[in-house]
This record gives sequence, structure tokens and C-alpha cells, in this order.
Amino acid sequence: MKQPQGTLVRTLSSGVDWVDQRLPVVDFWNKHFAQYYAPKNFNFWYYFGSLALLVLVNQLVTGIWLTMHYKTSAAEAFASVEYIMRDVPWGWLVRYMHSTGASLFFVVVYLHMFRGLMYGSYRKPRELIWVFGTLIFLLLMAEAFMGYVLPWGQMSYWGAQVIISLFGAIPIIGEGLAEWIRGDYLVSDATLNRFFALHVVALPLALVALVVMHLAALHEVGSNNPDGIDIKKNKDENGKPLDGIPFHPYYTVKDLIGVGFFLLIFAFIVFFAPEFGGWFLEHDNFVPANPLVTPEHIKPVWYFTPYYAMLRAIPDKLFGVLVMGGAVMILFLLPWLDRSPVRSLRYKPMFAKVMYALFVVAFIWLGWLGAQTGSTIQTLLARVFTAFYFAFFLAMPWWSQIGKTKPVPERVTK
Amino acid sequence: MASEDVSPGRRKFLTGTVSVVGGMGAAAAAVPFIKMWQPSAKAKAAGAPVEVTVNQLEPGQMLQVEWRGQPVWVVNRSKPMLDRLQTNRERLRDPDSDNTEQQPEYAQNEFRSVKPELLVLLGICTHLGCSPKFVPEMKPQPFDAEWNGGFFCPCHSSRFDLAGRVFAGVPAPSNLKVPPYSFLDGQRLLIGVGPEGTS
Repeated sequence: MKQPQGTLVRTLSSGVDWVDQRLPVVDFWNKHFAQYYAPKNFNFWYYFGSLALLVLVNQLVTGIWLTMHYKTSAAEAFASVEYIMRDVPWGWLVRYMHSTGASLFFVVVYLHMFRGLMYGSYRKPRELIWVFGTLIFLLLMAEAFMGYVLPWGQMSYWGAQVIISLFGAIPIIGEGLAEWIRGDYLVSDATLNRFFALHVVALPLALVALVVMHLAALHEVGSNNPDGIDIKKNKDENGKPLDGIPFHPYYTVKDLIGVGFFLLIFAFIVFFAPEFGGWFLEHDNFVPANPLVTPEHIKPVWYFTPYYAMLRAIPDKLFGVLVMGGAVMILFLLPWLDRSPVRSLRYKPMFAKVMYALFVVAFIWLGWLGAQTGSTIQTLLARVFTAFYFAFFLAMPWWSQIGKTKPVPERVTK
Repeated sequence: MASEDVSPGRRKFLTGTVSVVGGMGAAAAAVPFIKMWQPSAKAKAAGAPVEVTVNQLEPGQMLQVEWRGQPVWVVNRSKPMLDRLQTNRERLRDPDSDNTEQQPEYAQNEFRSVKPELLVLLGICTHLGCSPKFVPEMKPQPFDAEWNGGFFCPCHSSRFDLAGRVFAGVPAPSNLKVPPYSFLDGQRLLIGVGPEGTS
């Protein structure tokens, strides 16, 4: 259909052409949105990738604004955060958006990772997507930890003390390494300043770069789906997957619904429960850092508690640190540990489903135990669950082959 | 340039040397960036010795002072406290202070101190650096039914007796550190400097 075009439209379209001849904008848009074919059977679990991106943007924007009033100095940091909360116009909102965003980042990332675990999204040819994703998770933990140090409260201080001391457990070089990280003989102003630099510049840059790689790798091989079927096997005469739909407008619109619900929950927490009963912002962190007094009950923020429970369960310094580190590092190996003939949990035998269920129970329970004081019975439980956590991964090459899988359909199901 | 003029050996040699020289240059350039994380001259200078007067310290009491930004405890141990140190022996990881890193030579004895009653310790847990609590009561505690007084770390439940010796089966690997210290006279302690003639 031809329409007589006005001068404005012609000018605009020639402007787009001018840019496109010099920078392939249209090509990029088509490749990653309008003509990126994603499986049509994405379900609830597929919201969390785009939500993680949304939270990342929230953290970057609110973070930049917070640096405009925050003072990077052991003498002034605590007071400057209180200043942001009380005296800076809307400072409380931006700070609570940042602190709530940090916790919700881990909520969506944990759910996103569990989705990958359930549907075998890490299996060939998507191993690199998983590896990049695990790297993002690792950096995110470092980013969250260093961010928690910045308000320079009691938990900031003693959390930093404990985490940096973990490196001291490494034989021979450990003590020197811990001192090098601190930049002093104790956690001090030097430590705070370098953590600020890493938290606001180095790690965000690395995170954004890794997210780009994560997505580039994803778009190269295409998305997995709840059935774990390769949709590129069945294509129409134009070479488009029969079970695929263009990401835009179908999934951009679907993701917007997810964004709406997410923002509802996000706003509720920011306005009504920003400390979340001490789970998001701990009570002891409203006391300025004191290098001479350790708080009665030291615990990390909730997203680190499963790993903290593992550390505490082991009655040996070096071995405890190895177990804690190993619990994260083992995730990198997942693509090569799973030997099941099918990708998705939907078609795996009952035994595998039970293993997955137990894993979820163990992980959540470890998270709860990590926030407790650690009585004898709790330590014993933590040991049992830690053992199961490692058994789940290390014995996976064996147990993932047990039992009879269900037949995988040719085409995606509803 | 005509292709017959290309010398693969020469090209390989040049690529190799440029890589090696460039790599060494990059490694050398990294040194300042790594060294910049080391404690500064200011941090090193902050480690001046601290003087403590102990004449007000009653038996069973503890005094905390700051040395190099870290807590140092001075405990005046009572007679019963000293007597009960022996009863812990069986349950300790290093009862004889065989790990010489954890105390100066002049404190490597039964009481881990220069004067038997006066205990001087760096109040930093040897596990992950929290500051343990002083629990001097010699009666059962929730964390230990046979408690003879000592220090309990709230972070990861490590326990130490009243000589700073670590119990077996806790995360902390070694006894609490005894910092260098010396007596200026009967009542005044200098923390950070050992007796004359010691390093």
C-alpha cells in the first residue's frame, strides 16, 4: 500500500537510513527482537531473566544517585547514609530502592537459576550461557557484599572482617592476601575506600559486560523451553521455527506484565517493609561500626545464609572455607555433571524429581539455619544438608542416568 | 610487497619477541596497581605501642585497650581461675602452646603470660577475626557444660580457655595470639614492645 508521505515522515525515514548505513540499528533490532524466534511455550519461570535486567538498571540508576551524597570515609560514611535517609530530598526512597533492589536481585536470580536447573537450560549447546550466568552470580555476590560494607555499621564492619578473613585460611599466602585486600592490619578506611571503588565502578562494569556475553551467547544458540526441545528442528518453508514466535511483540508484552507485578511487590516492600524484619537490612547495622566490639549475633543478609550455614557447619577453618567456596564453584560444572538423556525435568523419572525436591528443601533449610545462632542440633542439621547439597551435584553423573525417562514429544506442548 | 619476499621464520620471530617483551611490560605495569593495595606508610606508622596501668584491675576482671586499632585484653586471673586451667587440658587443641606463631617466647609457658595472673591477649578470634566475649563465670554455659571460664566467639562458636587456648572441635584453628608486651614497672604495661633483649 502506497501512501503519499509528508515532508516530516520523509525527513525522519531518511534520517534513519542515514544512521543505518553507518550503524546497523535496524539489523540489530531485527536480530535480537523483531526476528528473534523464541519458543512459544515459555511459562511463569521465564519472567526472571528480564526482571533481573530490570533490577540491574534500578541498581545502576539508584546507585549513581546515592554516590552524589554518600561520603567514602570511615569517619563520615555512617553519618552520610543517615543524612541521605533524613535530610536529602527523597533520599530515603532512592536508598530503599537500592537496598530492596539488592535483595530482590537475588530473589529473581535464584529463581532464574532454578529455572535453568529444572529445564536443563545449561545442557549442550547452552553450556557457556550457564557459565557466564554463574560468573554473574559470583560477581553479584561480591558486589552485594561490598555494597553492604559501605554504610559502615556494625554488620558492615564485622561482615567485612569475617569475609576477608576467609582468604586468610589459604595456606602460606593467606595472611598476606587478607592484608592486601584490607590495605591495613585491620578493616579500616583503606578497606572502605577500595570497596567503594570496586562496588561503584569495577564490578558494575564487569557485570554489564558479562550480561552482554550471557545474552549474546543465548541469542547465538536460541532459548531453551520447558519441554527442553530444540525448536530449530522443525522449521517452515521460510526457515522460521514452527514452535517459535518473534520476541517482539510477543515476549516484550508478556514480560511487561511480569514487570508490572514485580514493581507492585517492589513498591510494597520499599514503602511498607524496607528492612523486611531485619532480613534485608539488619538491625545491628543501624549501630556505627566499632572495631572493638563484635555484635552478639553475627549473620549475613539472607541471600548468603545457605553458604554461611555450610561454613559454620565445618569445624575446621580451611576445610570450612573450601566447602563454602566449593558450593558456588561446583555450579560451573553443572553442564558436564548432568548425564540425563533428556533436558527437562518434565520428562525425567520420579527419582530425579525427588532429588530436585530434596535439593530445594536442603537449600532453603540451609538458608534458614544460616540465620540462626547455631545450636548443636542446628549444626548437625546443617552438616546433613551440606552433605546433600554436594551429593546432589557430585553424584549427578550417576543418579541422573537412573530410572526410565518419559518420551519427549516432537513439538512443544502447552 | 611481493609474496616471495615474505619470510615466515622472521615473522614468527618478530611476533614472538613482541609478545614476550609486551607481556613483560604489561606484567611490570601491573606491579604498581597491585602494590597500591598494600598498607600505606600511614597505616604502618599507626602501630605505636600502648601503655596500660593495671593497679585498678581486681582479680577476675578484664580491661580492654586498643592497639593498632584492634582490641587487646588484659585479664587479672584469680587464684581459682589459674588452678582450673589444668582441668581443660584434655579438651584443648594445643594445650602446651606448641604453635610458636601465637605467642612470643617469653609467654610460651603454662599460663601463656609473663606474670602468671596477668593475661595479655589480642582479642581477635583466630577463625575469622571476630572479637570473642569474655565469659569468666566458672559454671556450665549453653555452649559448654563443663565451662571453666574463658572466651566465647559469637560469630562461629569458637571457645578459648582463660589462657586463650583453643578448644578442640571448634572452627578456630589456633590459640588466641599474645601480642608482644613488657612491664615498665610493677603496675605499668607496654603493649607492642617485648622485654629488652627480645625481638
